This record gives sequence, structure tokens and C-alpha cells, in this order.
Amino acid sequence: MKVLVPVKRVADYNVKIRLKADGSSVDLANVKMSMNPFDEIAVEEAVRLKEKGTVSEIVAVSIGVPQAQETLRTALAMGADRAILVTAGTDVHQDMEPLGVAKILAALVESERPDLVIAGKQAIDNDMNATGQMLAGLLGWGQATFASNLEIGDGQAVVTREVDGGLQTVSVKLPAVVTADLRLNEPRYASLPNIMKAKKKPLEEKSVSDFGLDLSPRLSVSKVAEPAGRQAGIKVASVEELIEKLKTEAGVI
Amino acid sequence: MSVLLIAEVTEGALARDATAKAVSAVLDLGAVTVLVAGAGVDAAAADAAKIAGVTKVLVADDPSLAHGLAEPMAALIRDVAGDYTHFVAPGTADAKNVLPRLAAMLDVMVISDVMAVLAADTFARPVYAGNAVQTVTSSDAVKVLTVRTASFQPAADGDAAPIETVSVGADPGLSAWIEDRVTESDRPTLTSAKIVVSGGRGVGSEENFALIAALADALGAAVGASRAAVDSGFAPNDWQVGQTGKVVAPELYIAIGISGAIQHLAGMKDSKVIVAINKDEEAPIFDVADYGLVADLFDAVPRFTDAAS
Ligand SMILES: Cc1cc2nc3c(=O)[nH]c(=O)nc-3n(C[C@H](O)[C@H](O)[C@H](O)COP(=O)(O)OP(=O)(O)OC[C@H]3O[C@@H](n4cnc5c(N)ncnc54)[C@H](O)[C@@H]3O)c2cc1C
Repeated sequence: MKVLVPVKRVADYNVKIRLKADGSSVDLANVKMSMNPFDEIAVEEAVRLKEKGTVSEIVAVSIGVPQAQETLRTALAMGADRAILVTAGTDVHQDMEPLGVAKILAALVESERPDLVIAGKQAIDNDMNATGQMLAGLLGWGQATFASNLEIGDGQAVVTREVDGGLQTVSVKLPAVVTADLRLNEPRYASLPNIMKAKKKPLEEKSVSDFGLDLSPRLSVSKVAEPAGRQAGIKVASVEELIEKLKTEAGVI
Repeated sequence: MSVLLIAEVTEGALARDATAKAVSAVLDLGAVTVLVAGAGVDAAAADAAKIAGVTKVLVADDPSLAHGLAEPMAALIRDVAGDYTHFVAPGTADAKNVLPRLAAMLDVMVISDVMAVLAADTFARPVYAGNAVQTVTSSDAVKVLTVRTASFQPAADGDAAPIETVSVGADPGLSAWIEDRVTESDRPTLTSAKIVVSGGRGVGSEENFALIAALADALGAAVGASRAAVDSGFAPNDWQVGQTGKVVAPELYIAIGISGAIQHLAGMKDSKVIVAINKDEEAPIFDVADYGLVADLFDAVPRFTDAAS
């Protein structure tokens, strides 16, 4: 069985982001970039399925700037077998919309014919939470989002999903799209020998123009602003003082 | 302009708070028709009809819709489509599962987590865990959006709107429901509670989380948790507050043994009053807290509970 795992290069989750002075976007110049944490979980899940013998080949795909190569090398070092980089431009501030990404992925699914796509549930930059669902919609495949457990059975995947009320378990016919939530697994750190080996694994380069798709953005961002700020308040000395303030000053209890 | 708003339905019942918040978000976008989809949802439809601002309710009642599975839900909404200019739902886990799929089927881009409707085609939404807010304008013919419920007040009750039944197509049969494991509780729901008491890694164990729950019960509050508390097995996943959990904006949010990572702040920093109880006076949670108490939670929380009961 073959698995395709899309991975995105994003500002590291530890980075305190700043805005560009002109308010046009977040400033990504000289910012530490990493693989989107949810995508790491997706790669890890694919690698575990391969270690169990369920999966025979893992193809990692990234769509973005040429530097996304590093993200793909990380996926290869974690255990992916080969990688495809689809270059979409050189401006690090350009963020292709999930619909465009899903269209390219759908085209790659046509040529690669995977049995399963495991994606991260959301990219921590645009927080859209959409690409996996959009890909499933374009392909007419079943989907199981926000996965915290994944079992592959006979022609189907049984997936436990994190939902608002707790957990929901569904089965979905293969081929399907699964999106990874935080508790699906804990991703491994790539070992030095595996990082070295990853340098020799195949990485195919393509460009978005190779796909002949209309990828013109549907959303235009006119402004990126700071959220409403919050001031630190006061320190209280005791539980009694806290309760007093909440009753009389804030009036919330 | 006209809106098709997909009601949040939980086990056949209308989630009124979430649905009514989405209604108030889109009242300026034209007549609001609410689609109530599920199995055995007549009462839910009647409840939705009474939300002020709703002009019509469509009911889709079919076993295939009982569990909100994305494939039959998205197919249903597409088939209902008609002349609506906006497809909207409260930003619940169910809607975040279904609406992007629908948007792709309609060849439009979904707009997630709308915090403000600025014009029929222009919306504000958070990015980077709420550390920035972007204004986006959509050029798509129809807009598909999920609404960040914490940013809106629920619409009031109004006169009952007419209810119509819509037919449901064949289940695409791509997925099947197996089971739900729902955390049963008499507490208010996290996203609609006036007070939320949350515990973090500092609470230390699942047993100790009873301290958090006892304070919550004394205050009539919902219980929340940080990711670290959920990952460590102290609390169930549906209690997680944050960038990738639930977003809450209660009157009072009490963070106990939570450091205040940006991913946690993303889910609670719009609360009206924030209290932090933490033994580390340098903890970043104090930067957003109106009232900070530097204390050992095992000492402070039981005393708070006693005083509040
Ligand atoms: C992709 C991604 C998504 C994430 N999404 C979320 C999310 O949705 N929600 C979320 O919460 N996090 C999320 N996180 C995790 C986040 O980065 C933090 O790791 C997490 O919030 C930390 O939880 P915590 O504050 O409970 O634990 P810690 O950071 O370990 O803090 C524990 C605190 O408890 C205090 N403490 C310990 N003992 C006591 C005591 N006896 N009395 C008083 N205080 C005590 C300590 O001083 C400390 O401040 C996400 C991370 C990533 C990478």
C-alpha cells in the first residue's frame, strides 16, 4: 500500500511572529522555519504503518518555495521513501490557498495513485484547517479528519476522530484522506544517520506551471493586523483578595 | 443575497448557542435559511425556527445524516444549493469537517473562523494562533464560511419561521459511523459557559483534576484544559482550549497550573476577565491575566472552592 503525505514549511511554532510595518503580512524574513507540527505527525503515522508492514511506500510532497526542500529532507529522514517538491514561487510571504494546494495534490494523486493520503489537520500559519477535506472533496474520496487513532483494515481505515463532544470512530473506504490531530502519535526526531541517508533519497522537482491548472487565488488579503491587545492586570496576595476582587470589582462571581 | 446556514446538531438536538451565534454573525448578509440535517430532527428544526433572524428552516431527516459524516452532509448541502450566496456554519468540529469539502465541490475557497463580517465578500479571521488578524476579500461567486462562535453573541428568540422538508439523496457510502465516546456531563458546555475553569500540566494527574472540577462545580462553570493536561491523560480531549482545541470567551476564565503558551492563549484571550493561579511568577499567563495569584494550586484551589461553595 502506498501513502502520500503532504508537508508544509511554516514559521516554527515557538517563534513569536511580527507583522510587516506596512501591515501587508506577517514578517517571515529571517524567521526559523520548520515542518508544520501536524504534518510531522502525519509523516510519523505513515512511517509507523510502514514499520508494521502495512505500507510499502511513502511519498512526501511539498508545495511552496524552493526552501521547502529542507522540509522534504526532514520527512525523508523520518522515513519517507521519496519526495516531490512543487515550486510555487520564490516569495516566502506568498501562501498558496488550500484550494490550490488541494488541486495540485489531486493531480499528483492521479499520477501517483496512493491508497491513502495522510495530511496534517491544519497548518499553524494560516490556520485554515481545510486542505485534506478539500482534497477529498475534489477526488470524491472518503475522509476522516482530526484523527487520534488509525487502523488499516481490509480495504478500509478505521479512524478515531477528536470531535467537540469527545471521540468519534468511523470507517472510511480506501482510497481516502485522513488528517492528523495532535494525539495521533508523538513524532520521532530523525537520527543523524537517517539525516545523512535522506540526502541520497530521490527528490523530484516540479513547478506549479507543469500542472496546467488554474490556481489563481480566490482570496486577497488586504490587511494583517495585531489582535486586540490585553494588558497584564494586578497580582493579588491571597485567595481571599482574589474572591473579593472577582465579586466587587469585576462582578463576575 | 441570501444565506444557507447549517445548524449544529448534536445527537438529534439543536446546539442552539453555536447556531444562534452564527446567525447573528451573518444577519447583514440577507435572508437566513437554516438547514437542519440529521436523523429524527423535527424538534431541532422547530428550535431553529425560533431563532430571531431566521426566515426559513429546511429539514433533511435521514439515517445517513445521523452522525454528521462529511460525505453525505457535503452532498446534501450541494444538492440543496439553490441561489444562496453564502454557506455558513458555526466553526465546530463538524462544520470544519464538512464545509471545506463542500467548498472544494463548489470550486470555491473556504474561509475558516470568521471573527467579523466586514462586507458581503470581506471577512476578518485569525492566523498564526490568533497572533495576527487578516482581512480577506473573496472573489468567489459563493462564499463558504465557518464562524468563530466566541466572537459573536447568540441571536435572541423570535417568531417561528416556516419549516420545509428537503429530500435527501443516496448516501455516497464512502464512510460509516462506528461509535461515539462522548464525555457525559451536567456542566455547561465549554463554548457557551459564563465561567470556565481550566487546568494544566501543573495539576499533575487525572486524580488531581478533581480539584479543578470541584472549583468549576462550585462556580457553575465548565472545565477546560491545556494541551499538556490532555496529552498527559489528566483530562479528555474535548476539554482542550487553544489554537487547535476550543476557542472560548467567557465572562471569567480561570487558568490553573497553565503556563500560557501562545497556542493556549489563542483559545481564551478574548475572555472578559482572566484569572491565573500559578506558582511561577514569571509564567507568561500573568501577562494576560487581570488577576494573578502566585501560589501553589494545591493550597489555593481548595480554599477557593470552599469559599465559593
Ligand atoms: C501545533 C501545536 C498546537 C498546540 N495547540 C494547543 C492548544 O490548542 N491548546 C494548548 O493548551 N496548547 C497547545 N499546544 C501546546 C502549547 O505549546 C503548550 O505546550 C501547552 O499549552 C502547555 O500546557 P501547560 O501550560 O499546561 O503546561 P506547562 O507549559 O508545562 O505549564 C505548567 C505550568 O504549571 C505551573 N505549575 C506547576 N505546578 C504548579 C503548582 N503546584 N501550583 C501552581 N502552578 C503550578 C508551572 O509553573 C507552569 O507554568 C500546541 C502546540 C503545538 C506545537
